[in-house]
Order: sequence, then C-alpha cells, then structure tokens
Amino acid sequence: MSLDTDDIKSIAQLARLKIDEADVPGYATNLSNILDLVEQMNSVDTEGVIPMSHPLDVVQRLREDEVTETNQRDAFQKVAPATQDGLYLVPRVIE
Amino acid sequence: MRHFHDKTLAELSALLQAGDVSSSELTESYLARIKQYDATLNTFITVVEDQAMQQASEADKALKAGGAGVLTGVPIAHKDIFCTQGIRTSCGSKMLDNFISPYDATVVKKFKKAGAITLGKTNMDEFAMGSSNETSYYGPVRNPWNTDTVPGGSSGGSAAAVASRLTPAATGTDTGGSIRQPAALCGITGLKPTYGLVSRYGMIAFASSLDQAGPMAQSAEDCALMLNTMAGFDEKDSTSLEKTIPDYTAGLKNSIEGLRIGLPREYFDEGLNDGVRGVIQAALDTYHDMGAELVDITLPNSGLSVPVYYVVAPAECSANLSRFDGVRYGYRCEDPRDLFDLYTRSRGEGFGAEVKRRIMVGTYALSAGYYDAYYLKAQQLRHLISDDFKAAFNSVDVIMGPASPGPAFKLGEKAEDPISMYLSDIYTIAVNLAGLPGISVPAGFTDNKPVGLQIIGNYFEESRLLNVAHTYQQHTDWHRQIPDGYK
Repeated sequence: MSLDTDDIKSIAQLARLKIDEADVPGYATNLSNILDLVEQMNSVDTEGVIPMSHPLDVVQRLREDEVTETNQRDAFQKVAPATQDGLYLVPRVIE
Repeated sequence: MRHFHDKTLAELSALLQAGDVSSSELTESYLARIKQYDATLNTFITVVEDQAMQQASEADKALKAGGAGVLTGVPIAHKDIFCTQGIRTSCGSKMLDNFISPYDATVVKKFKKAGAITLGKTNMDEFAMGSSNETSYYGPVRNPWNTDTVPGGSSGGSAAAVASRLTPAATGTDTGGSIRQPAALCGITGLKPTYGLVSRYGMIAFASSLDQAGPMAQSAEDCALMLNTMAGFDEKDSTSLEKTIPDYTAGLKNSIEGLRIGLPREYFDEGLNDGVRGVIQAALDTYHDMGAELVDITLPNSGLSVPVYYVVAPAECSANLSRFDGVRYGYRCEDPRDLFDLYTRSRGEGFGAEVKRRIMVGTYALSAGYYDAYYLKAQQLRHLISDDFKAAFNSVDVIMGPASPGPAFKLGEKAEDPISMYLSDIYTIAVNLAGLPGISVPAGFTDNKPVGLQIIGNYFEESRLLNVAHTYQQHTDWHRQIPDGYK
C-alpha cells in the first residue's frame, strides 16, 4: 500500500494535525512502509473468526446513573490555556 | 553519608522496620545519587525533592508509632505517564510540558496510602510510543551499562533509574513491551500483569485495550511487594477486573520441581541475536537443573503480532489522543486564527514525529471504507494469536524465551527507521494482544550488555511467574549486578 503526499495531507487534515510542507514526503514514505508491514495480515484467512474485543471476554460493567463526582471546575480550569468566567476561551466561531 | 543503593526494596523495608535507617536518611541518599548521576543519564523528567523529604518525615512518624506497612518510607519513582496531583505530568511530550495534574492516578494514590515516597517522575518515550526512549521531548535516556546505548522503551527512564540504583524501584507501563523490553536492556526485573489487574485510572491512555501498569525493580520479590500495592479492582477504570488479589509474596518460595516450560520455536528463529540466544539457553539449562521440564511448543500466528499491533495500537491512540485539543489543558499554539487553526497547530506543534505518525496511521485505518480491512482484520487475528497461547497452556505451565531479539542498541541507530524500531518488540507484543502476564528477568550478559529472559504465564498467574523468577534469582546473581560507575 503506497500513500502519496496528497493522501498524507488529507489524513493530517482528518487527524487535525498541521504538518510542515517539507515533512510531508517523509511521512508518506514512513506511513507507506508501515502499511506494507500491516499488509502481512492478509496472509491469514480470518473468514468467520470473531473479532476480539477483550482478552477475557468481559462485558462492559455498568453502574447506577447517579452523581458520584463533585464539581471541581476551578481546579480543572487552572490548567487550561485560556478561561473567563468559568468558560474555556477559543477563537471566535460565529461571526 | 551512608549508602543504601545496593539494597533491594525488600531489604530497605526490613531496615526501616527495624529502625536501622530512617526514611529521611534513605530518601536523602537517593536524592543525592540522582543529583550526582542524572545529568548524564537523564532518567528523571521531574524530581520532587521537597515533597519527598516531607513525605519521608511523615513516614518516619508512622514507623515510630508502629504498625507501618512494608512500603512505608521506601522511596520509589513513577513513570511520567501517571498523573500526580500538584506535580507536572508530561508523558514525555511538549503537549503536556505545562500540565500540573489536578488529581492522582489510582496507582499513585495506592503507593501514597502505603506510605511509599515519590522521588520524582521518570523519563519515557513520548506518550509511551517508542522502544528506545529517544522520542521523549526531554531528550533520550542513556543506558547505565553503556551510555552510548539506549535503555529501551517506553519505560526507559524507570528501567535506567533502577539499573543505576537512583531509585530502588519504579512504576512502568507496558502496551507492547514497554516494561519488559527496557527491563531486559537495563538488567532489571519488570512485570506486566494480566490486562485489567492494575487500574488504568489516571494513567495517560495510549492504546486502551493493551495498556497495563506494572512494577520495575531489582528482583522478583520486590516486584511482588509492589504488585501487592498496585493490583486490585477500581471502579474508576471500566476494564478493571473484579478479582480477589492474593498476597504475591506468599508463593515466592514454592518448589518449581516438575514445572513444564514451553519454548515457542518462533521465539528462537533466525531473527534472534546469537549472544542473546546463548544467554537464554544457559538460563533454560539452569531451570532444567532446578527440576523443570523443557517442552517445545509452537505459537503459529505470533509472527503476525507486529503487523496486528501496528493497526490496533495506532487506531486506539488516534482516538485517545484526540482529547489534546489546545482548549482544556496542555499546549496551545500562539495567536490561532480560528478554531481549526487552533486545533491543527496546537497538535502539530505539541506532538513529536512518532506520535504524529501513529495518529495518522490510526486515523487512516479507521477512516471510512478501511475499517474492515484494518481494525476488524487485526481484531480477528488477535483472537487467533490469543488462541495459540490458550492451546499452549493446555500442555505447559509457563512459556519462556528472550524478551528482546538483541541487547541494547546504539543511540540513533534505529531512530530514523520506524520499522526496525517496531521489530525490537517482536517477542513482547503478542502477550499484550492476548492480555497475558509476562516478566523479564536478568539472565546474563552479551558484549557486556544485559539480556532479559521473558517468562509468560496464563491469565492471573502472576504469583507463579514471580515464584518461577524468584527461584531463578535464588540460584543466580544477575539481578544483583550494578553497572561500573554506579556501584
């Protein structure tokens, strides 16, 4: 499987990653090599094999829908890049 | 100043309990070693001197009052992937360079409750993605056995810090070999428990279906002491297992007479370094002499572990790392034009090259039209890989082989070639895919570099693994070796 520079740009866009123009060919080579490695998976027929979602076939645990955590907004927002009046600040979205 | 660094965690605990040393004196001596050696080794990202001394003085009060636990007053270090309240938790990334965690990971909380002292946070590959510790934003760690070589990764800081005795023990995490491979390359003992045994709460997520925390220490006995504190159900981790936790030290001295050891032929193929092969063979001979039976087995699908892992792990990481958006915590780029620019530049500038590579592989594998060909296929193969182990454990008690195909390699040797780096985890990855426990035990040297013997057990067989490793360590002294210059 070979990815070209346009593929890398569109994957980077999907992943919300800004990649320097100069680095795009390098990523194209690396990612193509990784996908070549991954292609080895096709050497085994897995028709009818159940995909493994948990090593011990455990079912997702559920709990009562009740409040268990106290509000710690101030503590959590102390590590935010920009806040105001208890809100997270981002660039203007609606003109 | 008295020195204690040639002592194991168990021996230090005994000294503390007997009142032969105070936690303050002990903690001070380790902090002094860190000051003396870490400028070269770079094993710590953050050292918390004042806080450690404060904890030590509280531990001394508890020890004097009586009834203190076995870990009370013992200094340890945490891999910088565990959230520590009030202490920077960087995960080896520029993205979290400014992140002071507002809460403790469950593992950290448990060690605090047990009275252990936190010396600091150890260096690691960025977001635990790497096998050499070279992807860290804080620079590479050097292997104390040969400072031109890597310590392995991703828990390279923890492994090198224990090997050079800058801390008696440390925590690590293992997604594809990140405890066992660096333990092998640094000549220490490192255990990856059964998936779900140790809580993942507050452990920064990489690949959630594979991530597992474990102890990295000098001996199997020390790992048992640590696992006693680390293991256990946690309602804050949705994949934590509701399982009764035994005393892992209780069975250490059990006889291994008649133990059936499986040797997978795939783990001794042409990819294995000859020096490592010789050391592993000698270790197996020792087990044979101790009364164990060696049995040839096969794990036919294990050759597909690396390809499967490089779908599952990147896919899960691309989802997990989407939380780093430059809005709620972590790095934010300068002067974002709009929201898209804020996201893409914060992430583009905050993540290093290997992390970006894996996010992109995962994004591609999960994108529309590719899910069945990649993620679904990988999860099916994961079932086959796991069935291979199930079949093997019908006829053997444990499986043994090398933890790594070669000894520590030179800094920079594999940094530019991701695939060759990925292949250094070829013997450890299948264990994560199957969710099994595995331990790496120091077994000797090749070319003056340590070699690790990997022992793989069935689910929840940590006690047996520790027993098998401990018995070997009663007959050998590889685990007591300290590199020249750090004795």
